[in-house]
Amino acid sequence: MVNKLFEQDLQVINVGLSSFADSIQQAGAKSLQLDWRPPALGDKATGEHLAALVNQPDVEAANRIAFDRFMLAQPVLIGVASARDGVPDFGERTLLHAGPPIEWKRMCGPMQGAVIGAILFEGWAENQITARGLPASGGINFAPCHHFGAVGPMSGVISPSMPVWIVKNEDRGNLSFSNLNEGLGKVLRFGANDPSVLERLKWMAATLGPAMDAAVKVLGGIELRPIIAQALHMGDECHNRNAAASSLLFKKLTPALLKTDFPQGDIAKVLEFIAGNDHFFLNISMACCKSMLDAGHGVPHSTLVTAMARNGVDFGIRMSGAGDAWFTVPAPMVDGLFFPGYSQADAAPDLGDSAITETAGIGGFAMGAAPAIVQFVGGTPQDAIAYTREMLHITMGVHSGFTLPPLNFNGSPAGIDARKVVDTGIQPVINTGIAHKDAGVGQVGAGITRAPLECFTQAVNALAVSS
Amino acid sequence: MATAQRMIKNLYRDSVSLMQFSEKLRALEGVKQASAVMATENNISLLVEAGLLASAVPPSPNDLMIVVEGKDDSSTGAALDQAEGMLKAKSTETDEGGVRRVPPRSIEMGLESMSSANFVLISTPGEYAAAEARKALQLGLHVMMFSDNVSIEEEIPLKQYAREHDLLMMGPDCGTAIINGIPLGFANLVRRGDIGVVAASGTGLQQVTCLIDRFGGGITQAIGTGGHDLKSEVGGITMLQSIAALTADPQTKVILLVSKPPSPDVMKKVLEKAGQSGKPVVVIFIGADPASVTHGKIIGVKTLEDAAVAAVNFSKGKALKKFSNSMPAKYSAVEKSSARKLKKTQKYVRALFSGGTFCYENLLLMSEALGPVYSNIPLKKEHKLKDVWKSQEHTAIDLGDDLFTQGRPHPMIDFRLRNERIIQEAKDPSTAVILLDVVLGYGSNMDPAGELVPAILEALKVAAKAKRNLFFVGFVCGTDSDPQNLTRQQDMLREAGVILTESNAQAARLAAAIVSGR
Repeated sequence: MVNKLFEQDLQVINVGLSSFADSIQQAGAKSLQLDWRPPALGDKATGEHLAALVNQPDVEAANRIAFDRFMLAQPVLIGVASARDGVPDFGERTLLHAGPPIEWKRMCGPMQGAVIGAILFEGWAENQITARGLPASGGINFAPCHHFGAVGPMSGVISPSMPVWIVKNEDRGNLSFSNLNEGLGKVLRFGANDPSVLERLKWMAATLGPAMDAAVKVLGGIELRPIIAQALHMGDECHNRNAAASSLLFKKLTPALLKTDFPQGDIAKVLEFIAGNDHFFLNISMACCKSMLDAGHGVPHSTLVTAMARNGVDFGIRMSGAGDAWFTVPAPMVDGLFFPGYSQADAAPDLGDSAITETAGIGGFAMGAAPAIVQFVGGTPQDAIAYTREMLHITMGVHSGFTLPPLNFNGSPAGIDARKVVDTGIQPVINTGIAHKDAGVGQVGAGITRAPLECFTQAVNALAVSS
Repeated sequence: MATAQRMIKNLYRDSVSLMQFSEKLRALEGVKQASAVMATENNISLLVEAGLLASAVPPSPNDLMIVVEGKDDSSTGAALDQAEGMLKAKSTETDEGGVRRVPPRSIEMGLESMSSANFVLISTPGEYAAAEARKALQLGLHVMMFSDNVSIEEEIPLKQYAREHDLLMMGPDCGTAIINGIPLGFANLVRRGDIGVVAASGTGLQQVTCLIDRFGGGITQAIGTGGHDLKSEVGGITMLQSIAALTADPQTKVILLVSKPPSPDVMKKVLEKAGQSGKPVVVIFIGADPASVTHGKIIGVKTLEDAAVAAVNFSKGKALKKFSNSMPAKYSAVEKSSARKLKKTQKYVRALFSGGTFCYENLLLMSEALGPVYSNIPLKKEHKLKDVWKSQEHTAIDLGDDLFTQGRPHPMIDFRLRNERIIQEAKDPSTAVILLDVVLGYGSNMDPAGELVPAILEALKVAAKAKRNLFFVGFVCGTDSDPQNLTRQQDMLREAGVILTESNAQAARLAAAIVSGR
């Protein structure tokens, strides 16, 4: 190798003093100056752990396996059932919530509001006051959605009687779940829990869920990757914009629903409900992403990030080679635009499991395909493409199924490599809605945020210690 | 003619991009027909009709199917591999429409835009340098680490890894190297030739390579090992590897090794390896007895200049002359005339160096002629300067010492400290000769003579006012190809009254002779 170097043209990557790169060029060789900064926020020990993992054969092999499983996943929507019936091991008096684990006392306003709503919905308490007493006295088992293969937007509260979408990865058989989207305005996921919210939840459990289950079964299941792939060509990024995907789904569901035995009145109401909600597909998009990523989870030594999630207090990630561990730091505030009458002062910190979409390579990672979104947060279509291109530097590859027209139909950046995040300092970009910090007010804005770097340095350290 | 097909599982591309992609495939070498489609029933029957597929295969609409017809099996196989590679490649390259681009932040990210990079030059703060070097080596890249303040505990595993993977790991604290004719760090543009240099000392490497250039020779490679390489703990890993590489290198006819004397165990290994090379090897272990290393084709020499002379002689097939230990005769006239002009009080040489190895070699040569020479890096403890900011008797100072570089650039770049010291020495009635090294090349100040001349003229004025004659002796380490240009720099210094020699050794001997002859 040393002697081979003597026969080659010298091509130098220069880390440090830029004058050295200039001299090399003046002398007639190629050099590339890095925009270097100390990795891992300047923490020497983490930087060394990271260095040990770069191009490390075990890690590379593990990542190939994890990424392949992620790419080969074949998520199919197979039906709807109550969480109690559909989600394995879902216990009674259990409530799932978004993000990493959190106890009742530390939960943010919207999540506490949603918990109270769910208790009332289940009939575990008579009124707001007794409902509030229940979790405070330890009467509820809380667990992250992610621990049950589930994902939920915003507060992500799922109770046993709520209907959930069931997605099966035909490649490896793993199941994922998500609740059904309630629409905008006063909704449980933002912490609203008044009678109108509970009424809607009851209708969703009694009518919408069973109708969806029947329609999906008429269709023999719905393959989800093709819908997302097509929606990405229609201006969605399938996180903050689901207009196209929801329409595509509507197109599939309508004839199927008409083939079921449901009364026409119910079908009309169901279709009206779906048609009135541009985010109806969001929860399905999330379950699809969860399905693909779970396929890549649990490969020892792998640095594939398999979840990014927030509970409004903490931001957490999980990594394929780190088992059940969460790597958490305080959730950041979202830099965004606010609806009239609201400001940053009204905002809750970053909330929800929906960053699973970015983890899977869509959402903020596919922003280049969804210029309408950037405009909403004050950017240009060029900015949108720049975000997507930036993410290519921290991913293991590009998505085999999701391509982006503005990037010459290249695949969307997919498979976040925790090592690359720490080494480059480029933080994953997330498109997200902003919840009001108080329960029940709802969405007050939308914007772009970045996954905190410290989650990734923790993950790298954990792997270095265990390997 | 041969046809071949491949299914790529779960890879989706829309039909328009697949049509364009198929066009690209047809342009590949040895390909006559090609088609890439999603493997739907419809597409498969189209391929069968087109004769590209012998018979229908079971449809799998989520998979991408590539079919090629080509000259033979090897060309279709190669085309399929290329096609799959193209589909899976991630392109961050295309930059159009005013889209902002993130500059490369990490070595791995650098490889995305410079995929055939083979070398990493690291000059980050020392505490981060080892981690960067480790990444580079693990990515299969050769490393030069300019950074210092890297511990020997960090250095050893890096060098061991490099040795196991046949990679160069130059440094830490490797200030200079010339690889494939390209100067790295602080280095000179030296003619290419057949002398391969391995040096544990930065300015030592610069001196021998520049003198080789001046004496009409040239170099293949000049490899820096960093200052710790020849310590027992490291065991000379880089030097041994480099000797082996130069031995195997057909361009290299002569090998030249430069270092302070290594620890005895390492010295034995180095000389053994050098002996096995079968090539003439010139060895300068500055301060060691040349006879102690001379054996077979290994020739020990005493000074950096002698090393360059010996290497060039071997390179040109000339007989080796016997090296003289004294000042070259050509300086005797200037020596005598200068000595006569000194006052009684003017007894001492004050040598102000920017290069550490120059200072060290000067101490060896001047103390041989003059007795004790005081320094911040003395040969003997008892000759350490009481106050480094003040000379005593004969003094030689390394201004590149950490003592002086805290909070300011290296004296090869920033001349303020040396210029102040020149004036200070001129004011001292006991100063007879001020000796200066001037180092050219990439990394150094772009006009060192321009920086020094005003201070020299000022110093001469100070001395003249006190009715003293003051003498400047110096040498320029550089080549005419260097950006500063050797000849131009020498002319400026001569014009200011500096007596210039060819080398550090000659300057030391001349300065000593002037003060001894007074």
